[in-house]
Amino acid sequence: MSLKEKQKGVKPLRILAVASSGGHWVQLRRVMPAFEESDVAYVTVMESYRSEVPNNRFYSVNDATRWSKRGLIVLAMQLAWIIAKERPSVIVSTGAAPGYFAIVLGRLFGARTIWIDSMANIENLSMSGARVGRYADLWLTQWPHLAKSEGPHYAGGVL
Amino acid sequence: MIFATVGSQEPFDRLIRAVDEWAVLHGRSDVFAQIGDSTYCPEHIKFTKFLEPSEYNRVIHEASVVVAHAGMGSIISALEIGKPVVVMPRRGALRETRNDHQVATAERFGVRGRVIVAQDEQELAEKLDYALTLGTMDRVNPEASPRLIATIRAFLDGELGEQESLISLGKLEPHAIRSAPASLAAFRARKA
Repeated sequence: MSLKEKQKGVKPLRILAVASSGGHWVQLRRVMPAFEESDVAYVTVMESYRSEVPNNRFYSVNDATRWSKRGLIVLAMQLAWIIAKERPSVIVSTGAAPGYFAIVLGRLFGARTIWIDSMANIENLSMSGARVGRYADLWLTQWPHLAKSEGPHYAGGVL
Repeated sequence: MIFATVGSQEPFDRLIRAVDEWAVLHGRSDVFAQIGDSTYCPEHIKFTKFLEPSEYNRVIHEASVVVAHAGMGSIISALEIGKPVVVMPRRGALRETRNDHQVATAERFGVRGRVIVAQDEQELAEKLDYALTLGTMDRVNPEASPRLIATIRAFLDGELGEQESLISLGKLEPHAIRSAPASLAAFRARKA
């Protein structure tokens, strides 16, 4: 029996979708149609984005970057709490730091994970995008010239 | 109305100043800017540090032209509603962002003709004059490419474990899945 058959008539798939603000969030918005039949909770760094997904559970976390170690620790703790509470089957992220931690921590909780590296990373993967590769089950770049046989892979873009 | 935005985070004084000066020169009082953490304080144009999503939406819909840093958020939101967008990339050497990734973004989108690229402040004024002659453009589809949506759906459905089926369905090219070449070879061997 496939996973799809198992889920038929049962609860929808639980997804945790994670993105930082600005371009990362705008790119996540463009893949939302793929989640149509799923039960999605969103995580971002701007409380004001809550109004953009009024029918979903929503969390805002610390807007930490790689420059702030302390900020990253707070962020990781917040994400661990959210993942423990949400127990998602799948975690999807378009970056950056919050998505990296969500995917790394999500693996510990047994979630399957998708990383879609931002379209802004044309010449190289982002720093989080390069490091997250070993934790992401589906590791994607949006630029064919950055794809490699061992990943990241190219399967179209958000635009 | 002209809407200028440099995102909501790092400062980008060069762009805000250029738009401010352009507005004086052209006597335009209908310019509004989201300046983020920019430290330059515009003298002639209206501005705010940060717009909530609903306000951002309202302002960008009202605009006839968008002027922005070469950030994906600004570019995509302008293209989605068919507004001509002039971008000036932030430069790593000027510490406007951590590296020259916006220069690369501007180049890619400029070549495709999707955005109008200004390399510096002088060009920004020229390109802004040009953009004002354009009017509304075609809107880009609000969804990611069908291929990306299909790939994510296949993964959610649990099909992506069965890499061969995806490849054989033509949903993914062999190089598009981790360790695909090996599993594809195994699949072909099994079939034969």
